[in-house]
Amino acid sequence: MLVPILKQRDFLIATIQSALTDDDLLQLRDDLAERVGRCRSRGVIVDVTVLDVMDSFAARTLRALAHMVGLRGARTVIVGIQPEVAFAMVQLGLTLGDVETALDLEEGIELLQKRTKRSAHRGG
Amino acid sequence: MRFVSSFVSEVAAVGDEIHVPISSDADIVIARQQGRALAERIGFAGGNLAVVATAISEVARNIVEYAKRGEIVLKPVNQGGRQGLTVMARDQGPGIPDIALAMQDGYSTAKGLGLGLPGARRLMDEFEIISKVGRGTTVTMKKWVR
Repeated sequence: MLVPILKQRDFLIATIQSALTDDDLLQLRDDLAERVGRCRSRGVIVDVTVLDVMDSFAARTLRALAHMVGLRGARTVIVGIQPEVAFAMVQLGLTLGDVETALDLEEGIELLQKRTKRSAHRGG
Repeated sequence: MRFVSSFVSEVAAVGDEIHVPISSDADIVIARQQGRALAERIGFAGGNLAVVATAISEVARNIVEYAKRGEIVLKPVNQGGRQGLTVMARDQGPGIPDIALAMQDGYSTAKGLGLGLPGARRLMDEFEIISKVGRGTTVTMKKWVR
């Protein structure tokens, strides 16, 4: 199941539509790392609202995704982790490391705007 | 006989057991979805549905990574009035030479995080692993409805 990636101004928004296989997740990681360059994006949002499971492979792949996007010069925010999923992740001992998260798409965009504005000031 | 949706042709119902053959990453998704649906019918709710589905995902991935193929068997259990779910993951793969080492957090020889088996044990109430080198591995785990 391909994850649609929407370009909205400086940001890319990937909204997961259904359960993903390991290969789908790796594809999403590679697509975003590539699109960040092609679209000259400064931030990426991955919306995981529909996921009812986040296992160790998914968490690891999202961390790798954020790391790769970061190396390409853009910020990543994961949004929409459901409370039940958060509960299971804590039970399992899973973390997203230093990957930023936000409650939903709206909060995620706000966070990215703050982050990219700050780095623009630093750069200018 | 429990009804299992017909479009998932590989999944078989045997009595009250659901058998999910595992040979690819797509089967991991089918196994955890079947497990979640059964857990819901048994009476699990909320975060524990995600807990059960996550544990199934970890043991199913273990099969794909180490044994290539195997199966997940899901079964309701009733013990002294307590309702629960049994998940059995079995394969005829290479087996685990050192189970104590494999159950250590952070230990992994494949692409995972090393959270697979110890992670699944943390998520479930009961966990048992039997493995013989060259013969295969069977993980049996249970979760009780609270």
